[in-house]
Amino acid sequence: MTDSSGPRSFALHVRDLGFRVGGADILSEIDLEIEEGSFLGIIGPNGAGKTTFLNLMSGLLKPTSGTVELFGRDLASVSTSGRARLGVGRTFQTSSLFNSLSVLENARISAQARLGGNMKLWRRPRAGDEATAAAESALEEVGLSGLAHQITGALSHGDKRKLELAILLAAQARVLLLDEPMAGVNTEDVPLLTALIDRLHSEGRTVLMVEHHMAVIVGLAQKVAVLDFGRLLACGEPEEVMANETVQAAYLGEPL
Amino acid sequence: MNIFLVLTFSGVALGAIYFLAASGLSLIYGLMDVLNFAHGLFMTLGAYAGYEIATRLPTSLGAPTLVILAIIGATLFGGLAAGVTELILIRPLYGKPISQILITIGLDLAVVGLLMGGFGSTALQIPVPLWLVEPTHLGGLFLPNANFLAIGAGVIVLIGLELFLALTRYGIIIRAGVENREMVRALGIDVGRAFTLVFVIGGAMAGLGGILYTIVFSGDLVSPNQGDSLLIFAFIVVVIGGLGSIRGSAVAALTVGLLQQYTSFYIGGHSGWAQIGDLSTVLLLAVVLELRPRGLFGRVA
Repeated sequence: MTDSSGPRSFALHVRDLGFRVGGADILSEIDLEIEEGSFLGIIGPNGAGKTTFLNLMSGLLKPTSGTVELFGRDLASVSTSGRARLGVGRTFQTSSLFNSLSVLENARISAQARLGGNMKLWRRPRAGDEATAAAESALEEVGLSGLAHQITGALSHGDKRKLELAILLAAQARVLLLDEPMAGVNTEDVPLLTALIDRLHSEGRTVLMVEHHMAVIVGLAQKVAVLDFGRLLACGEPEEVMANETVQAAYLGEPL
Repeated sequence: MNIFLVLTFSGVALGAIYFLAASGLSLIYGLMDVLNFAHGLFMTLGAYAGYEIATRLPTSLGAPTLVILAIIGATLFGGLAAGVTELILIRPLYGKPISQILITIGLDLAVVGLLMGGFGSTALQIPVPLWLVEPTHLGGLFLPNANFLAIGAGVIVLIGLELFLALTRYGIIIRAGVENREMVRALGIDVGRAFTLVFVIGGAMAGLGGILYTIVFSGDLVSPNQGDSLLIFAFIVVVIGGLGSIRGSAVAALTVGLLQQYTSFYIGGHSGWAQIGDLSTVLLLAVVLELRPRGLFGRVA
């Protein structure tokens, strides 16, 4: 993964990253260079530290060692909301939507966050329209326009996942951190969501996706990182990683 | 029957005052998890600000103008006091609920003490126009005019608050924050500003409620403890209505106001047991908590 041809544009550059809780290493010695526009799948057994890794990227957790750079900028002192403004968008394993708000409002609040000046008493008069327009076009892109005025709590699992992606679009996130986007989704919705994520990636966004569905990972990811007991076991092209004996040993007893 | 209608009318007016006190309390708890024991103080401060305005401005302005200015001033001062309290005392203590409870109780005790020192512990009279003291003759009933004022203010605030929450960008952030504060923060929105704003709105409604209570229910008298005695009912209303729900606060405030008026007249009036009105609200609280612990309109905890 080292690069000899001079500095390249890394969306995320992770060096010697570690996270300890009470003397236990949840993650240690993680080195990853994630190029802008690339798609990294993250796999590993339960408890391997996959979600912790995403939390360290989004700023929900602070690393106990190592550094993370976003487009060359050190993130150590950047808060979760600061990272969101820099273009990091995140979905969660269990849905993180505002269930009492309408579908459109969910998308709108994230566009509002991007446009800034939320709590200023005075701001450009058009900003409100701009946020609504961004929200509407994000909903259209994921195919939820027809449900814009529904209450979010009433949506199906699949539609909620789509809305989460729409929220990232409305926020104009450039780096998407997806935590098991297929969790709880009907089998028939999986190809639809896969195609949607693929499109978001092909439009130039960088994607990090934790997922248990191996077919989804193999179909989408250009590289796969394998975490096991908090360590980076392997990272490379999907086929290469699947063939790796250490990886197979780590997954023994689990479907690969 | 006539008595029943008059009781209903004053019960709705009392409910309107409870709503003014409780809706801010409910939003503050819903958004920030802060149990604001200084909310009664904001009511008291509103009433004293109104008193200062009504007594210090030249009487040549006329009683109606003075009372309108007193009501506006009480609202503004309640909001100001709440905003300053949030910025200086509450802000450093987010995530420390016990400290917040202690500091709001402490603030209440200290400022009520200062009010007693500055204004004396006896009640002070606010001059009001004669119209407010007189009743309106309507269909064989004599309805106190002051009650119209309370009901009108309650309805305007309820509609205004609902529109504000439904239609404005602040409203979306507040509703989202009541549901999941951390997620709003993760989106990159400065929730701290929303906290201050909600405190200011809550304090303004409390200030308005404080001066209206003085005018409508306490014979135009202002006293240092008036807010604290209302606070207990405001808390009861908030819990019955469901934390964080404006509509819940409105329904619960009406229910509590009516129940209190009916029981204190029909039961208290006959038995001479005046406290039955207050007791009945506590019993209602117990029943609601037993049947529906998250309140009438509360989110699932």
